[in-house]
Amino acid sequence: MPINPSSHLKRLENESIQIIREVAAECRNPVMLYSIGKDSAVMLHLALKAFYPSKPPFPLLHVDTTWKFREMISFRDTIAEKYGLELIVHTNEEGVRQGINPFDHGSSNYTHVMKTETLKAALTEHGFDAAFGGARRDEEKSRAKERVFSFRTSSHSWDPKNQRPELWNNYNARVKPGESIRAFPLSNWTELDIWQYILAEEIDIVPLYLAARRPVVNRGGLLIMVDDERFRLEPGEQIDEKMVRFRTLGCYPLTAAIESEATTLPEVVREMLIARTSERHGRLIDHDDAASMEKKKRDGYF
Amino acid sequence: MNINPDIKAEDFAEYISSQEDKGLLRFLTCGSVDDGKSTLIGRLLFDTKLIFEDQLSALERDSKRHGTVGEEMDLALLVDGLEAEREQGITIDVAYRFFATDKRKFIVADTPGHEQYTRNMATGASTADLAVLLVDARKGILTQTKRHAFIASLLGVRHVVLALNKIDLVDYSQERFEEVRAEFDQFAESFDFDSAVAIPLSARFGDNVTQRSDKLSWFNGPTLLEHLETVEAEKEEEGGPFRLPVQWVNRPNLNFRGFSGTVTGGPMRVGDEIVVANSGKTTVVDKLVTMDGELSEAPSGQAVTVTLKDEIDISRGDVLAPANNRPDVSDQFASHVIWMSEQPMYPGRPYLLKIAGRTVSAQVTEIKHKIDVNTFKHLAGKQLELNEIAFCNVALSHPVAFDPYEANKETGSFILIDRMSNETVAAGMVWFGLRRATNVHRQALDINKAERASLKNQRPALLWFTGLSGSGKSTIANALELKLSERAKHTYVLDGDNIRHGLNKDLGFTEADRVENIRRVAETAKLFVDAGLITLVSFISPFRSERQLARSLVEAGEFYEIHVDTPLEDCAKRDPKGLYAKAKAGEIQNFTGIDSPYEAPENPEIRVSTVGRTPEDIADEIIDRLEENGVLERALEWHI
Repeated sequence: MPINPSSHLKRLENESIQIIREVAAECRNPVMLYSIGKDSAVMLHLALKAFYPSKPPFPLLHVDTTWKFREMISFRDTIAEKYGLELIVHTNEEGVRQGINPFDHGSSNYTHVMKTETLKAALTEHGFDAAFGGARRDEEKSRAKERVFSFRTSSHSWDPKNQRPELWNNYNARVKPGESIRAFPLSNWTELDIWQYILAEEIDIVPLYLAARRPVVNRGGLLIMVDDERFRLEPGEQIDEKMVRFRTLGCYPLTAAIESEATTLPEVVREMLIARTSERHGRLIDHDDAASMEKKKRDGYF
Repeated sequence: MNINPDIKAEDFAEYISSQEDKGLLRFLTCGSVDDGKSTLIGRLLFDTKLIFEDQLSALERDSKRHGTVGEEMDLALLVDGLEAEREQGITIDVAYRFFATDKRKFIVADTPGHEQYTRNMATGASTADLAVLLVDARKGILTQTKRHAFIASLLGVRHVVLALNKIDLVDYSQERFEEVRAEFDQFAESFDFDSAVAIPLSARFGDNVTQRSDKLSWFNGPTLLEHLETVEAEKEEEGGPFRLPVQWVNRPNLNFRGFSGTVTGGPMRVGDEIVVANSGKTTVVDKLVTMDGELSEAPSGQAVTVTLKDEIDISRGDVLAPANNRPDVSDQFASHVIWMSEQPMYPGRPYLLKIAGRTVSAQVTEIKHKIDVNTFKHLAGKQLELNEIAFCNVALSHPVAFDPYEANKETGSFILIDRMSNETVAAGMVWFGLRRATNVHRQALDINKAERASLKNQRPALLWFTGLSGSGKSTIANALELKLSERAKHTYVLDGDNIRHGLNKDLGFTEADRVENIRRVAETAKLFVDAGLITLVSFISPFRSERQLARSLVEAGEFYEIHVDTPLEDCAKRDPKGLYAKAKAGEIQNFTGIDSPYEAPENPEIRVSTVGRTPEDIADEIIDRLEENGVLERALEWHI
């Protein structure tokens, strides 16, 4: 079902393609951060469109904490193979050796070591001067002021007080050695736009977004899926089979499911439209502190 | 947007597909903290039901800590993003918000209104179709309202709404509304907007924002939301001639050569005869390729990959256009410039200019006039400060293709980037091209630099001595010239003090004058190099960007930056002209190293230290380096 050329989805698509091409043209060594979620799926789809009939002229990078859902990993590998894309998987081996995990080390500490620091190390190691991220401005208040081309210092930090003015679609991608740009082609998309686009373009997404019977534990009111034997039950907790789906995907012990009967995409969108709970509610890491996302971003989290 | 949960599945499928065809309106809101701007946006978000439950509960928590409206929910807290701003109670950056109704998706640029945030407002306006000017009903139209209208107009926003907020605080008075509207109509007329509508409302209580209110029954116009949903904001330019700035050359294999970019201005069609604006080469559009299939026509805004009938040389930054309706191509134009950096702009200082995907070196050659954003009066000016707007002549290192901003925002707008910090320092809107490039032809001369140099049996070079006053630049340059002369080299020394007695005697020591001082010397040195001379320049030249300018004027390999690296204490101790003593006594202002900065070269070709050495010794060291680089023949060979 082709998108109407005058619709808002087409305008968003065109804008994103322009951004993706601009990064590829201006930056020496860009990379696309691929988190396997629905936003990444849309971003990758737009990148395929931007360079067709060429392949995207940059690799994908996945920061694997080793705690992702198993279905995410197999989906990731299938997609990379399907489109013949270079996939770089980076894991903090030192963190793995030290046994850093989301159960013992707290979500904030764990995320810092296994995601934020690992991402920075990967960017430094490969010398990437630009990294695409799938973040949207509507996700969270501190992101509302994020630039499309977001400048990062050589220590990968973000200074909200010192961002480059960004006018029209004329982006400044100039950096000195060691500095980099985070580019956000989905800046102006909302969650609803993402779902509508996935529907209209028939984009493959991880089946975890659709409801199915899955083993879950009710922890503090949040349903956490037991994806492998590493999951530790607290006293009194039990595993139940429930019809659940995920609104966002991350590390399985930190990603809450919602009960749902939506087994098809249109049903998911329908549920979303009548939902009264916003998306990031399911991500435990945002609950640490009211301004937590802003702090994480300053540290270099996407 | 919200839908009835009882809706049937089959109706739902239809509903979803209807939702894919919404239009999109981008608007900005301008007003100051007290006008209730954040409250208005919070109200739009709240009423359009995009505020989900958990955001609401977080809001109730936050309201108790930062809120300014007592026990009621403070809608403004929904939108004031960054931590520091929330605590100060002000919005200091451009924030983007999103909401949707059944008719349109909206992207709101929320910008602060104070004069010191002109750059933020300009940023928000650059992508907006419409501007909401927020006015406090008690205060009426203020200087800032006119400023906001002016900036919106300057950035090409075609539609404005005067939102007369806090109408509840003037008892929903029709008389007050009519009074303000009359004033608004009068001043809006001078800006020639496509539409300018006044709407009374109360953001705090929700009157006439998304819903009509009994208290405003006298008002026959639309609610703010109704107006935003229905205003005809399609770009006028979509019916004009197309432009395709080439972003990326698409070459997957030897059989495919396409040019990727976004069409702007009007539709591009297969079979169109096109021109590559810069080279003037023409050909015909063969295919318009997308991953969704080939198009016969690509409307304005469409991202495409174009293939052409003929193989002609095209690269990133070239602009494709209809052969019978071409953009201007020039290396000079007149434009409005909004200065966005804490560092002032000085005419003559080189910056990078990025326009339609092409980056060239550029300088403002002349500030025709500055514009007072409050009174719109034209003012004279020698430099531009943060948030100042001016009408300027801009000169570029290479000709570029462009249109007047009024005709095409994409090909008529540019940014300036600082060469050293890489900051975006200005935004510009082209007014018209200056025909220097076409009407003032460079005189082509029969004897060129190479021939002049070969007659002199030498390679011309520009040896640029920089360093603090008293560092020994002129003494070393003098010793070096003597040695070059012994080798029968033709030389000339341009010395700071001597030039200031003649060519530059009209210049003082402010930053702006120092920039101009160096620019003239650099241009003069360029002519001397062109004459085949080994040219020695001995100037403090404290700023990196001016030395960069000098470097850019001559060919690669001709420029030698020589940093005479004498510590400040030693210069002050030597004080050959007694200047340090005077500067310290406050008798001289803007003295480099005392109350004016010296930006030391980061990677000079040659750096010499002077303490404990003779000028001859140092001159020999420089000669060695020039021999290594092939500017001078090895002394041995020369003696044979």
